[in-house]
Amino acid sequence: MTVRQLKHRGSALWLAAMVHRISGLALAIFLPLHFLVLGLAIEGEARFENFLRWTDRPLVKFAEVALVFLFTVHLLGGLRVLLIENLDWRDGQKQLATLAAAVSAMVAFAFLVRVF
Amino acid sequence: MHSELSVSLWRGGEDGRYKTYSVPQCESQTVLDVVTFVQRHIDPTLSYRFACRVGVCGSCAMTVNGKPRWTCRTHVAKVAQGGRLEIGPLENLPVIKDLATDMRPFFEKWQEAKGAFAPTKTRHDAIAQIRPGTPERMAADAAIECINCGICYSACDTVRWNGDYLGPAALTRAWTLVNDARDGGNIARLQAISGSGGCHACHSHQSCQQLCPQALNPTAAIAGLKRRTVAAYFSGEITA
Amino acid sequence: MNVRLYVWQRATAAIMAPLVVVHIAVIFYATRQGLLAADVLSRTRGSIAWAAFYGLFVAAVSIHASIGLRNVLHEWSPLGERRAGACAIVFGLLLAALGIRAVVAVVLP
Repeated sequence: MTVRQLKHRGSALWLAAMVHRISGLALAIFLPLHFLVLGLAIEGEARFENFLRWTDRPLVKFAEVALVFLFTVHLLGGLRVLLIENLDWRDGQKQLATLAAAVSAMVAFAFLVRVF
Repeated sequence: MHSELSVSLWRGGEDGRYKTYSVPQCESQTVLDVVTFVQRHIDPTLSYRFACRVGVCGSCAMTVNGKPRWTCRTHVAKVAQGGRLEIGPLENLPVIKDLATDMRPFFEKWQEAKGAFAPTKTRHDAIAQIRPGTPERMAADAAIECINCGICYSACDTVRWNGDYLGPAALTRAWTLVNDARDGGNIARLQAISGSGGCHACHSHQSCQQLCPQALNPTAAIAGLKRRTVAAYFSGEITA
Repeated sequence: MNVRLYVWQRATAAIMAPLVVVHIAVIFYATRQGLLAADVLSRTRGSIAWAAFYGLFVAAVSIHASIGLRNVLHEWSPLGERRAGACAIVFGLLLAALGIRAVVAVVLP
């Protein structure tokens, strides 16, 4: 069967759900690494200090900015789901979803400014 | 307006292909008119479904340029991009032939979700007094006009990804019955929609709500079911 | 997904919402140019409050992420529901183990 595109997939709410899912996956992959790195402190401050110096690189800083974005967007997307599922239905969700993405971008940008 | 439309129609079964036909464009033409033209004047072997032609039965639902729609209520002028149309059978259902799908899985899931009224009275009892303004009756009325066209089922990503998922229509019907004061089958119904393919699999993508021609809102109905099942789970009425 | 997994996933999500906000604040406060390990560890070593905060966070995220992973595997991979569930449990245990080790690492005096 040829691939039949489903055009509604481009809608804002579908995108919001997809961003939520992908950000969750990315965070799930990142977390064990994050825990491993923090665990370096168990071997003493020097080990942890070495790692922190490694993270001073620009490429790592950019990755951290992306992580902050993913973290914030996943939080806001999750709040959106909790609102839909537990409160009465409200319209204007497309605008809320877009706002969530914008706020996440702003938070990530603020982080970018802070670390560079 | 182009004088001729280039129309690609799905021909064959699951492993068929699109075939392109040339159809004259007319004023106020609907997609159903286009399909009918092909069958009557070009290729009588084309299989498709329709009944009322006026947007009350839901039989003519097909995938039009990527979206599931009622073809009798879809004006060609609104959807034909550059004089081109691509029409296929509804997604997420087995293809019988060409534009006709096997709706049985859709209706079987309706039954699995306990979408049937479970009576508690007999003809010898007084008629139940149902006030139309109660929140429960209003919730049921807002969700009851489903005519089983299958558009929501066809649009739903979770249906595509999860073979067990009962789907927006079946769950919306369950919601109307959960809100029906006369119905006596709620424990079994809430249990039926709390398993692997139940309401909790819904990710609130809301394609169903956006595409339903009856302006129903399965996402909201399913959110209501999530609340009811969680309450029933905590009170011990249903089990995981 | 079923009602039990749904309850656990949504409950841990709700618990974590305020924890995430605090953690983002911590990230902003803690990261700047020239951050030293000593700066971070001097605040966390011997702190019951941080131990409790991040201990709760680790417990919640281990449950939440593993259920989320289970859903994604079930819907997007050829693994059946049982295998997806097994992978999810393994992942959850891994997160919990590494997470507790990390909390201990920064909190132990």
